[in-house]
Amino acid sequence: MENPYVPYPVRIDDIEVATEDKSLKTFTFVFQNPEDEEKFAYKAGQFAELSIPGVGEIPIGIASSPVEKGFVKFTVFRTGVVTSHLHNMKKGDIMGIRGPLGNWYPWEKLENKNVVIIGGGFAFTTLRSSIVYMLDPANRSRFKNIDVVYGARSPGMLLYREELFDWEKRDDINMHITVDGTDDPEWKYHKGFVPQVVENNAPVADEDTYAIVCGPPIMIKFTQPALTKLGYQEHQIIMSLENRMKCGIGMCGRCNIGKELVCKDGPVFTLEQINQTPKEY
Amino acid sequence: MNFITIDKKDWAGGIDRSRKTYRVFGPVQDENGCQIKPLTPDLYPLMDAGVTVMSPKSVLFPQTEKMLTATLDASREDHHIMKPVEKDDTLRVVLGIRPYDARAILLVKLNFDNPDYQDPYWCDAYAATTFVGLGVNRPGPCDFSTSTGCGPFSEEGLDVLMADLDDRYLAKILTEKGETWAGACGFDTTADAAESQALFDILRKEAEKNITASVDTDQLSEKSILDLHEAPFWDDVAFSCINCGTCTYVCPTCWCFDIQDETKHKTAVRFRNWDSCMSPLFTHHASGHNPRESKVQRVRQRFMHKLKYFVDKYDQGIMCVGCGRCVASCPVNIDIREVCTIMNNHESK
Ligand SMILES: Cc1cc2nc3c(=O)[nH]c(=O)nc-3n(C[C@H](O)[C@H](O)[C@H](O)COP(=O)(O)OP(=O)(O)OC[C@H]3O[C@@H](n4cnc5c(N)ncnc54)[C@H](O)[C@@H]3O)c2cc1C
Ligand code: SF4
Ligand code: SF4
Ligand code: FES
Repeated sequence: MENPYVPYPVRIDDIEVATEDKSLKTFTFVFQNPEDEEKFAYKAGQFAELSIPGVGEIPIGIASSPVEKGFVKFTVFRTGVVTSHLHNMKKGDIMGIRGPLGNWYPWEKLENKNVVIIGGGFAFTTLRSSIVYMLDPANRSRFKNIDVVYGARSPGMLLYREELFDWEKRDDINMHITVDGTDDPEWKYHKGFVPQVVENNAPVADEDTYAIVCGPPIMIKFTQPALTKLGYQEHQIIMSLENRMKCGIGMCGRCNIGKELVCKDGPVFTLEQINQTPKEY
Repeated sequence: MNFITIDKKDWAGGIDRSRKTYRVFGPVQDENGCQIKPLTPDLYPLMDAGVTVMSPKSVLFPQTEKMLTATLDASREDHHIMKPVEKDDTLRVVLGIRPYDARAILLVKLNFDNPDYQDPYWCDAYAATTFVGLGVNRPGPCDFSTSTGCGPFSEEGLDVLMADLDDRYLAKILTEKGETWAGACGFDTTADAAESQALFDILRKEAEKNITASVDTDQLSEKSILDLHEAPFWDDVAFSCINCGTCTYVCPTCWCFDIQDETKHKTAVRFRNWDSCMSPLFTHHASGHNPRESKVQRVRQRFMHKLKYFVDKYDQGIMCVGCGRCVASCPVNIDIREVCTIMNNHESK
C-alpha cells in the first residue's frame, strides 16, 4: 500500500530573498531521486506539504509552473514554527515534499476563454505558476486575452519583480501592476488598492471571461463588488482558499468548509460553490 | 452461517490457545473505569462490562501513533529522509466489542480507506484485526443504537457475534476471519443453525425493547446545509459547553487527528494524535485568523459534521452509532439526541 504521508526527499538548490523586508523567500528544490519528479507531476493551482523532519509540515502553493522542468519552487512567508525554521535553512540542506495535493485552476474550462488574474500581497505564488503556464508557447494559443492585476504595499514587496516587468513589455498579456503607495518618482505603474485597479482596468465580463482571485481576505472582500460591477457572475469568479491544514489528503478533518475539505475538494472553488458552503475560511 | 456454542468453562482456555496467533484485546477495569485494552497473558476480558468509558477505536487508531522517522545525523547517507516506522501488524482480536462500536469502525473506514487515499496505518491494522462482538442483553440508559442503523445485536462490522446465555456463549460466525479465530481457540462445537438464529432473534427483540431513547434522523438529508448552519438554536445548544473535548475523545466515530514532529537526540519522529474540533487551535491560522473562533461555531461544527455533512457526503446515515458515551460523559449534560431532534425538526423561515 502506498503511504501518502511519506515525502519525497529534496535538496534545497537555491534560496532567494523575495521581498525588501526579507519576510518572504523563494526556495528552489531539486528531487533527490529523478523518478520522484515524474511522480510529482502537477497542475498550476495545486499545493504541496513542505516537510522538515523534526519540525513539521506546511501546505504551500506551488509557485513553479508545470512547464518548468528539473526543479520546483515555493515562496514562503515567515510567520510561525515551520516557516521560520525554513527561512534559516541553507542551500544543500535535505528535506521533503509531499504532493502534489488538492485540485487546480480549471484549465480545461478556461480553454478559449479570457482569463483575468487578480492577486494581492504574497498570494501570488500559484498565480505566477498559472501565468508562466499560459504564456508558454505551447499553451498561449489555448487562451484568449490575459489580464493581470497584481498589487502589493510597495514596489519592494512585489513578488517576482523581474518577471512582472518582463511580462509588462509583452503584447500577449495586459499587466496592471499596482502598489498601495510609493515615493519613487520613477514608478511608472498604478498606485492604489487592487479592488480599485480592478474596477478601472479589468475587462468587462462577457460569458467567456473568468477571473482568478487570490489575496488577503480584505482584498477579496472588496474585489468581489468590483467584479460584480464589471458583470462577472459567481461561477466566473475562481478563488483559492487557505484553511489550516495538516494531512493535506482529506484524512485529518480540520480544513472543512461544510462538507467540503479544502485540502482535497479544493483549494480552488468558484464563488458560486463557496456561496453554497457555510464559508468557514 | 454457522453457529458454535462455547461453554464458559472452556472460554479462558480457548483464549489462551489463541494467544499463540493473536494479540488479544478486550474490556478490562483500570483506574479510569472500563476500557478495551491489550490483554497481558494473565488477563481475561471482562465480558459483562457495560459501555466502556473510551471506545475501542484506539485498537486501530491509537491516541498517539508514530508515523515516520528520520535520522538527523548528517554522517548517515539517509539523513533527513523520512521513512515509515515499523508496525506490528501481527493478527489481533478484539473480544467483547459491542455492535455499536463495530458499526463505528465501518463509518471510520469511510474516511481512512477511500477511493483516493488509503491511510496505511489504519488500513493495515484493520486488515490484521478480528472483531468478536457480544450482543447487548441489557442496554444502558444512554443507548440509542436502534435509531442509528445499528442495534444491540447488529452484525455489521463484526466477524463473530456472540450471545451470552449464562453458562455458555452462542457464537454466530460471520466471516472467514471469524472462523479462523474460532479455529485458533479450538471452539468447534456446532449448534443447530435454525434454533440458534431463533434464539438470537428473541434476545435481539428483548434487548431492543429495553432501549427507550430514540432520535429521528429522517429529515436531516432533506434540510439545506445553509439553513441548518444559520439556524437560531446554536447559541442555546452551545451555551453551557465548556469546550473540554470529552465528547470527541470518547466517541467511536470521531477520527480527526493532528500531526506533530519531535526530535530526540538525532532522531526525528512524526506522530499523529487525536485532535478535537472543540479546540480553537484546530483551525487557527498562523496569521491569527480563526474561521471557528467562537465556542458556538465549534459546537455547531461537531453536530453539523455528525448529523449533516457526513449524511450528505456518504449517504450512510448519521456519523453516530448511538453508544451514548458523549451523553454520559459530558460534564454539562449536552445531549446529541436532543440536538439531533432539533435539527431534524428545524423548519427554515
Ligand atoms: C493551500 C494553501 C496554500 C498556501 N500557500 C502559501 C504560500 O504559497 N506561501 C506562504 O507563505 N504561505 C502559504 N500558505 C500558508 C501557510 O501554510 C502557513 O503560513 C503555514 O502553515 C504556517 O506555518 P508555521 O509552522 O510557520 O506557523 P504556525 O502558526 O507555527 O503553525 C503550526 C502549524 O499549523 C498549520 N498552519 C498554521 N497556519 C496555517 C495556514 N494559514 N494554512 C494552513 N496551515 C496552517 C501548519 O501545519 C503549521 O505547521 C498556504 C496555505 C494553504 C492552505
Ligand atoms: S463534552 Fe460537553 S462540555 Fe465538553 S466539549 Fe463536549 S459538549 Fe462541550
Ligand atoms: S456522537 Fe456520542 S452517541 Fe454518537 S457515537 Fe459518538 S459518542 Fe456515541
Ligand atoms: S488537511 Fe487534513 S483533512 Fe484537510
